[in-house]
Amino acid sequence: MRRTLALAALCIAGAALTAAPARASGTGGAELDAVHIDLGDRAALQRGAKLFINYCLSCHSASYMRYNRLGRDLGISDELIKKNLLFAGSQAGDLMVTTMPAEDSEKWFGVAPPDLSLTGRSRGAEWLYTYLRSFYIDDGAPSGWNNKLFENVAMPHVLYELQGVQRPVLGAEEEVMEGRLVTVEKIESFELVRPGKLTPAEYDRAVSDLTHYMVYMAEPAQLRRYTVGFWVVVFLLLLLAPAWLLKKEYWKDVR
Amino acid sequence: MMARRLLHWIDERFPLSKVWNEHMAQYYAPKNFNLWYFFGSLGLLVLVLQIVTGIFLTMHYKPDSALAFASVEYIMRDVPWGWLMRYMHSTGASLFFVVVYLHMFRALLYGSYRAPRELLWILGMVIFIALMAEAFMGYLLPWGNMSYWGAQVIISLFGAIPWIGEGLAEWIRGDFVVSDATLNRFFAFHVIALPLALCFLVYLHIVALHKVGSNNPDGIEIKENKGADGRPVDGIPFHPYYTVKDIVGALVFLIIFCIIVFFVPDMGGWFLERANFEPANPLQTPPDIVPLWYFTPYYSILRAFTYPFLGVEAKLWGVIFMGLSILAPFFLPWLDRSPVKSMRYRGWMSKWALGAFVVAFVVLGYMGTKNPGNTDLFWFQNVRWAQIGTVFYFAYFVLMPFYSKWDKTRPPPERVR
Repeated sequence: MRRTLALAALCIAGAALTAAPARASGTGGAELDAVHIDLGDRAALQRGAKLFINYCLSCHSASYMRYNRLGRDLGISDELIKKNLLFAGSQAGDLMVTTMPAEDSEKWFGVAPPDLSLTGRSRGAEWLYTYLRSFYIDDGAPSGWNNKLFENVAMPHVLYELQGVQRPVLGAEEEVMEGRLVTVEKIESFELVRPGKLTPAEYDRAVSDLTHYMVYMAEPAQLRRYTVGFWVVVFLLLLLAPAWLLKKEYWKDVR
Repeated sequence: MMARRLLHWIDERFPLSKVWNEHMAQYYAPKNFNLWYFFGSLGLLVLVLQIVTGIFLTMHYKPDSALAFASVEYIMRDVPWGWLMRYMHSTGASLFFVVVYLHMFRALLYGSYRAPRELLWILGMVIFIALMAEAFMGYLLPWGNMSYWGAQVIISLFGAIPWIGEGLAEWIRGDFVVSDATLNRFFAFHVIALPLALCFLVYLHIVALHKVGSNNPDGIEIKENKGADGRPVDGIPFHPYYTVKDIVGALVFLIIFCIIVFFVPDMGGWFLERANFEPANPLQTPPDIVPLWYFTPYYSILRAFTYPFLGVEAKLWGVIFMGLSILAPFFLPWLDRSPVKSMRYRGWMSKWALGAFVVAFVVLGYMGTKNPGNTDLFWFQNVRWAQIGTVFYFAYFVLMPFYSKWDKTRPPPERVR
């Protein structure tokens, strides 16, 4: 009886855990490209931070993130931050706010560019990595750009000088719509029509770096959390030994 | 010597030794507690953790719809160890329900709700409902998009009640939609009203427990078998025996707790949802509005009603049965007609009934996180599974007077094993 119950409890816990990743998606079923995020790779984080400040921060804010937090975590001194990253009159402890007024950007793009502080958490690494590699040229779109993952997105392809210009390669796919089999045209792959400053492999690495940075920025405490956690768990395990022996000692005389 | 005189001085003015002896050193608990008996003291531990971490969060949190989301991020980034307080609080909320559900399951397993412990069980159920209210209101405070829409959906359920519904929902929100007014009152309930109520209810729960004494896995009364010294022969003093044992349980729990807090605080979306890292936006509904996992069994029952019946719309049936599903356990002490308390001495009917109930509860919980129209399990659509789960959930209670009576039981032993 006792064993069956323990087994049942284990099965429930197991089922809950295996079902867990299902909860994390939220992409509407779009396929995402895998990217490996290693926050211990400080060089990648630094390169990503540079890309973020050069390309993203012109329009987007990261208004929960401070410049000197970035500096402290990624090993960049306040002097270097002041000299290279800040606008005149800003302090190293300032939040990373764009200089573009939200009213103007809303007028220009139709929608104010969202704050990116937490996008690494709300969208996730794979979404960001896929999104930044899915822009293609589209004459019908207002900005001249479209995105396979986020259709009709207002954002133009900001990184095009790095990636170059890509064109979609369409393929026919059969799909069931309202009970009938129909043929729809879908983007199968991309074709580079004008190369950018980087080769495709270099561009993938650059986007991976940027994704690293955005995942870090969404929760800077990650850099510390794992180390602290390791020692806390080690301490509790060490404490468990005398606690167990104490219990055993007291319970010797219980029959 | 000094200490003894101080204790004597206090005892003259306050019953310190008396209370200690009555509730710890000379409180006799059955000696055969097993794993299931850790969850009561663990519940108390989590309550303390939630209060302490909550105090620190309140120091930095701003209950204002324009500032709330940013103040949480401020806690996560700029407050020293703020991220730890927040993750302990969010993990604690989920583990509170894990502990409480297992604690309640223990009562079902060994018949702990049976006479003379009816009031103890009812007080526990009231704690459970207060805890649900506490969790629901706390979930609005980060002011993320799922916070906002979750509160919007659940409060609008009250709107389904005929005549008074719309007015009631408005009264709860303090506005026509979830807004700053709602956030402020939920904050007041979450940080003071409900915690006070919870602490008082837990106090009553323990007082009631110590009056009737603990049940045990054999479901027999140890007070009926006393030695020459007037102490139950199968009882041992709570202190030191169960204090040293519960310390081991607390440490094992804390290890699991810390692994979650430090390594997987969002538990792949089960403890902290992705959509909640976007600020509340009344104009943009998240693709799937689902409550956190501990509410999903009830949410599934709510959504299982899809047809109007007897001139009552489907939504109202859902609300009624969700309410009934939370109230049903209150009646267990009077639904159970078995001559024995513990599942150990019951027959196959009770065992299968409890097993089916647990499976139904898990299936309902799983379906509550999924789109009702999809097919995520085999054979049927999710909503169909939720309906099957609902039938089994209620059958456990409604049929209990019959199967618990017809079931063939074995006589429990005289002494605990």
